[in-house]
Amino acid sequence: MNIPESLKYTKDHEWVKVEGNVATVGITDFAQGELGDIVYVEIETEGQELAAHEIFGTVEAVKTVSDLFMPVSGKIVEVNPDLESAPETVNDDAYGKGWMIKVELKDSAEVNGLLSAAEYKSLIGA
Amino acid sequence: MELKKVALNDLHEKLGAKMVSFAGYNMPVRYSSDIEEHQTVRNGVGVFDVSHMGEFSIKGPKALDLIQRVTSNDASKLSPGKAQYSCLPNKEGGIVDDLLVYMLAENDYLLVVNASNIEKDWNWISQFNTEGAEMKNLSDGISLFAVQGPKAAEALQSLTSVDLQSMGYYTFVQGDFAGAKNVIISATGYTGAGGFELYLSNADAEMVWNKIFEAGKAFDIKPIGLGARDTLRLEKGFCLYGNDIDDTTSPLEAGLGWITKFTKDFTNSEALKKQKEAGVSRKLVGFELLERGIPRHDYELASPSGDIIGKVTSGTQSPTLGKGIGLGYVKTEFSAPDTEIAVIIRGKALKAKVVKVPFL
Repeated sequence: MNIPESLKYTKDHEWVKVEGNVATVGITDFAQGELGDIVYVEIETEGQELAAHEIFGTVEAVKTVSDLFMPVSGKIVEVNPDLESAPETVNDDAYGKGWMIKVELKDSAEVNGLLSAAEYKSLIGA
Repeated sequence: MELKKVALNDLHEKLGAKMVSFAGYNMPVRYSSDIEEHQTVRNGVGVFDVSHMGEFSIKGPKALDLIQRVTSNDASKLSPGKAQYSCLPNKEGGIVDDLLVYMLAENDYLLVVNASNIEKDWNWISQFNTEGAEMKNLSDGISLFAVQGPKAAEALQSLTSVDLQSMGYYTFVQGDFAGAKNVIISATGYTGAGGFELYLSNADAEMVWNKIFEAGKAFDIKPIGLGARDTLRLEKGFCLYGNDIDDTTSPLEAGLGWITKFTKDFTNSEALKKQKEAGVSRKLVGFELLERGIPRHDYELASPSGDIIGKVTSGTQSPTLGKGIGLGYVKTEFSAPDTEIAVIIRGKALKAKVVKVPFL
């Protein structure tokens, strides 16, 4: 199971990479594997300010649909434009080209509440 | 409750299948990718282990009478070597289960039922068995492999002396297959891709599975999970019990008039006959999304003006068509092909239109 040490994680199986005041968010390798082939990533919240745990979008696999939750509070400043035509990128490269949104952090202290790689690993029993 | 296991459970796990709980069984939902597995069956050949399905033997001079009484299709039209799709109507207008009826020989039938309904069906049929047909539940001893796809006959031919290519749809033979005796080789399936279903003893399951994969190697045969089984059947508009049909849906509403034969009496046939004459108030239809979106079980269906007209019973993004497709019940006035309807997805009404099934 691929769980990079350098990232932060949530119980909702999202990863967070913080650079300065901006957090990049995607779903974990474990999550994409559980979902199976992803055929649609619907994110219509660009430009909106959302609180942590609010729904920012939906990921649809062949068999299931799953909500996407804000790991931290902030404004969604960018949505990965490539996912519109190539949602399978999330399966192929969950931590790289399959990123979903960039969030301008409202309160950088919230990042401390996220899970470390080791904590996430024990959460999924990997 | 502990999940039941099919005979080859460990083999599926070794192959790397993701296993899920389905109908009380631990079943492979996918080995690699739902879409790849779907395409393998549509274009080549793949193997499903669907040994969770139930099998009942009904024998004796009263066997046909019992089957005629509990099923909606006319089993008297069967001859040895023929199978038919049918359903078990309940007394309230709904369906206990859908099933296949195989005529093995005079006074010797095999019923194949959904895994989730084995006990329910057994109890249901038993209560009508007042004349002493011999009933046996063989479910725990039989493995069932569905080898499906346009290359199935070619891929399997070296394993049997039966001429597979020449077998008609819904016919079967009992014979030797891959070294196992008395295998039911049935030209049936739930994918619309062609192929065979093989009923065999659990004791032969591993040997037969391995020989199928050896013989199929040149045809790039692959194991296929239940995930792809669902998208394959949906593209062909086949009903799934528990989704598209259940205890509350009439076979006539579900478009199963073709297996509801009023040439004989059966459970609730009087009421169903009246329903047929009066016409149904809702119908199961196929629809496709005209906007990007994926319909799912239980989403609401609406008229263009926003009135709720029904519900989605099955939906997915068709791997072959690349768009959202589904089945659902709508008020009869919205059931004609090309009627514009809407699917309510996360609060938004997305445009869709009723289409004829199969979708392809």
